[in-house]
Amino acid sequence: MLKILKYSFYDLMRSRWSYVYFLFYLVLGFVLLFLNNDLSKAVITLMNIIIVLVPLIGTIFGVMYYYNSKEFTELLLAQPLKRSTIFLGQYFGVAGSLTLSLVLGLGIPFILYGLFRSDAIFNFVLLLVIGAFLTLIFTALAFNIALSNENKIKGFGYAVLLWLFLAVIYDGLFLLSLIIFEEYPLDTFSLAATMFNPIDLSRTLILLKLDISALLGYTGAVFKKFFGTDLGLIVSLAVLLLWTVLPVQRLAFKAKRKDF
Amino acid sequence: MIHIENLHKRFGKNQVLSGVDLNIENGGIYAILGPNGSGKTTLIKSILGMVIPNQGNISVLGQNAVNSWRYRQQIDYLPQIANFPSNIRVKELVRMIKDLRQKDSNEKKLIALFKLEPFLNKKLGTLSGGTKQKVNLVLTFMFDSPLMILDEPTTGLDPASLIQLKKLIQEEKANGKTLLITTHIMQFVEEVADEVIYLLEGQIFFKGTIDDLKKKTGQADVEHAIAAIATETRDA
Amino acid sequence: MRKNISPAVLICGLFIWLICPKNLNAKQIVCPVCEISSIKQAIEIAAAHDTLLIKKGTYKEFNILIDKPLTLLGENYPVIDGEDKGEIIRIESDNVTVDGLFIINVGTSYTADHAAIRVVKSEHFVIQNVVLEKLFFGIYLEKSNNGKVYHNKIIGDAVNEYNSGNGIQLWYSHNVVVDRNIVQGTRDGIYLEFSDNVAIKDNISSNNLRYGLHFMFSNDDVYTDNVFENNGAGVAVMFSKRITMHNNIFRKNWGTASYGMLLKEIYDAEITGNTFEENTIGINIEGSNRIKYRNNEFANNGWAIKVRGACYANTFENNNFLYNSFDISYNSKVNDNVFSQNYWSGYTGYDLNNDGVGDVPYRPVKLFSYIVNRTPETIVLLRSLFMDIIDFSEKVSPVFTPDNLVDAEPLMKRAE
Repeated sequence: MLKILKYSFYDLMRSRWSYVYFLFYLVLGFVLLFLNNDLSKAVITLMNIIIVLVPLIGTIFGVMYYYNSKEFTELLLAQPLKRSTIFLGQYFGVAGSLTLSLVLGLGIPFILYGLFRSDAIFNFVLLLVIGAFLTLIFTALAFNIALSNENKIKGFGYAVLLWLFLAVIYDGLFLLSLIIFEEYPLDTFSLAATMFNPIDLSRTLILLKLDISALLGYTGAVFKKFFGTDLGLIVSLAVLLLWTVLPVQRLAFKAKRKDF
Repeated sequence: MIHIENLHKRFGKNQVLSGVDLNIENGGIYAILGPNGSGKTTLIKSILGMVIPNQGNISVLGQNAVNSWRYRQQIDYLPQIANFPSNIRVKELVRMIKDLRQKDSNEKKLIALFKLEPFLNKKLGTLSGGTKQKVNLVLTFMFDSPLMILDEPTTGLDPASLIQLKKLIQEEKANGKTLLITTHIMQFVEEVADEVIYLLEGQIFFKGTIDDLKKKTGQADVEHAIAAIATETRDA
Repeated sequence: MRKNISPAVLICGLFIWLICPKNLNAKQIVCPVCEISSIKQAIEIAAAHDTLLIKKGTYKEFNILIDKPLTLLGENYPVIDGEDKGEIIRIESDNVTVDGLFIINVGTSYTADHAAIRVVKSEHFVIQNVVLEKLFFGIYLEKSNNGKVYHNKIIGDAVNEYNSGNGIQLWYSHNVVVDRNIVQGTRDGIYLEFSDNVAIKDNISSNNLRYGLHFMFSNDDVYTDNVFENNGAGVAVMFSKRITMHNNIFRKNWGTASYGMLLKEIYDAEITGNTFEENTIGINIEGSNRIKYRNNEFANNGWAIKVRGACYANTFENNNFLYNSFDISYNSKVNDNVFSQNYWSGYTGYDLNNDGVGDVPYRPVKLFSYIVNRTPETIVLLRSLFMDIIDFSEKVSPVFTPDNLVDAEPLMKRAE
C-alpha cells in the first residue's frame, strides 16, 4: 500500500492544484497574521474558513482524483496487488497531500509569527488536527461516492450535494427542529445532532476550546460540561475517527466487489 | 494453466457470461474470438480478477483466482485501450511498474525494438495512439511470466511494429509460455494462433484448432469459417 | 458681651485658629515597644486633632473606636491584625483621617457586616493609602458625607457570594470621592446604595465575584476613568437617575451570565467614551430610557448591546462596533431608539460621494440574534455556514428584525 500511496502522493504533489491549495493557505495565514498580529484571533478566523473550505476541497479533490486516475487504477488492477491496497493507497495519497498542504500552508506563517512562544499553540494544533480529520473524512466520503457512480457528472453532483447537506442543510434542519420542539429540553438532542455531523462537531469543539462557550448560555454550559473536559475531547476525537474509519472501511469493502 | 468452471457474470440485467467452462493447457497461443459483446473482455477480466464473477470457479496456475491477487504475479496483461495516467513520463511509468512488480525485466531491449527512446521523457498524454500501444507492449513483454493475456494487441500498430509483435509472440511461445489473445483481425489469428476459442452469447461455442474449425464449418479460410458460425446460429 | 470683643482679640483668635492648632496638636507615637503600645490606648489619651504616628509593627487589635477628630498615620505600613474577631476600626467622629495602615483578618459574620474600616454618621473623613487583606467588608461608609476614599488597595479572597463582603461600600453617603483605589477579590468591588453625588475616578476593580461597581437607588453620581476587568459582571447600575459614565474600561467580564455593564431602570444617563472589550455582553439594558451613548467602543464582545424589555428614547451616536459576535440584540419588534453615525465593522456598504458616511443603511440586528432570543438553544449553530447564509438573506430583505432599527448613516471609518 505504501508504494501506491507514494505514487498517488507524488502524482498529486506534482499537480498544480496541490500547490494552489498550499499557497492559498500560506497566503491566508500570512494575511491573517499581518492584518491582526494576534495569534488567537487568527485561529478563530481560520476556524470559520477551515470548517467550510476543508470539507469542500476534500470532497472535490477526492472525486476529481478518483475519476482522473481511472486509467492508473486500471493499470494497477492488473498488477499483483490487493484491491484494498490500491484504493486505500490512492485515498491516503490524496488525503495525505491535502493534509500536508493544510498543515504546512498554515503552519509556516504561524511558526514564523512566534507560535511556539504563544499560548495559542494548543488551539492551533487542535485546529490542524480537526482540519486533518475533516480532510480524511470528506476525501473518504468522496471516494465512496465516486466508487459507487461510474458516471462522472453524477458522482460530482452527489459529492457536492453531500457537502452542501453536511455544511448547510443539516444545520437548517437542526435549527428547524430546535425551533419546533423548543418547549422540550433539547440539550441531549443538540449534543447528539452535533455528534452526527463532522462539520458541526468540529465547529463546536473549536468554539468551546476557544472559550466562546460563555456565549452559549445554558446550552453552552451543557456543551462545555461535555466537550470541555478531557473525556469530552477524547470522545469527540473518537467520533471523528469513527467518521474516518467507517467510510474507509466501506471503501475497502466496495472496492473488493466492484467490476472494472 | 487455466481452469474455468461454470462461470456466470451479469452486469445489471445484462447476462454476459452464462456458464463458461474452459480448460487451457500449458503452452501455446489461444485466440479468443467472438462478435462484439460476446463476453471476450469480461472473460479475460474475470481471469485477471478485475471482474468478480457471480458464480463459478476460476483457477490460474493451480491458484484460486476469485478475490485473490498473488497469482497475478504470474500474468502479464496487455489492456485493450492503452489508458495511462496522462501526466507522467514514459520512463517514470516503466520504472513504477517495475517497482510495483519487483521482477526482473528487459525493458531496454523492447524500447530499442519499438524505437521508443525519443519518447522516454515525454508525458504519456502527449503520445499518439500507436506510440501508447507500443509503450503498452513494452510494459507487458518486459517481464517473464508463464501466462500472457493480450487484449487487442494489434490496435494502432504500424506494419513494422506489427511484424515485431508477431515475432515477440512467437518467441514467447517458444519459451513455453501460454498466451491468450483477443482480436478481430482474422489474418493475425491464422498466423499466430494454435487454438481458437469462440465465444457466443456468453458461452463457449467452439474450442479447437484452426483446422478443426475449418473442417467443422467446411470453409477454406478462418474469416469465412467465423462468419459461417455466426450465420449458422442465427438460422438455428 | 459680644460687642465688647476687641478687633485685636478677633485677629488673634483667627490667627490661632489658622496656625496654632498645628502647633498645639500633639503627636502621639505608638509602637509595639513604646510606652503607648496599642492604638486603642493612644486614642484614649489623645486630644482632639492629635496625630497618632503608628510605627512599623503588628498590632493585634479589633473594635478600635475613633470618637474624636484624629489622624491615624502609619509609618512603613504597620499591621493591624484583627485575628478574625470582628470589626477593626470604627469612626464615629468628623474630621478623622486614616492613612498608611495595613489591616488584615477582619472577622466574617453572617449577622453583622464587619468592616476593616467603618465610618458612621461622620463628615470630612479621609481614608487613604490603606491596604486591606483577608477582609469581609473593606471600607464601609454609613450615612457619612463629604469624605474621601483615596488610593487604597483592597485585596480580598472571596470565594462565595453569601459569605463575602464588598470592597468599598457607601450607604446613604453623599458627596464622597472614591479615587485611585484598587479593589479585587471581593463580592462587589464598590457598592453604592442611596448615595448621591459621588465621584468615582481612576479606580481599578477586578476579579470580584459579583460586580466591579454596583449602584442601587443612587442618583447624580459620576464615574470616570475606571477599569473593570474580569469581574462576575463589570458594573451594575440599577434604579438610579442621572449617572454619568465616562472613559471607563470594561474588559473580560466573561461568563455565562456576565456582562460589562448592566443597566436596569436607569433614566437620563450619559455613557460616553467607554471601552467595552471581550465581554460576554457589552451592555445589557433593561427598562432604561433617555440614555445617550456616544463615542464608546465595543470590541470583540459576544453581544455588544443586548436590549431587553422596554427601552425608549435612547440614542447611540458615534460609537465603534468592532468584531462583536452580535452587535445589537433586541427581544421585541418595536424600536424607539436611534442609531446614527456609528462605525460597524460588519458594514459592507459603500460611500460613493466620499463624505465618510455609507450610502446604504446598516442593520445591526442579525436574524440569528433574533432566533437566539426566541430559542436560546439555537446558539449552538453559532458561526455555522447556514447561519451566515440566512443572516445574509435577512440583510438583503429583512423580514423578522425591526424595520426601523437601522443606522441610516453608518460611518466608513472608525469614530475618533
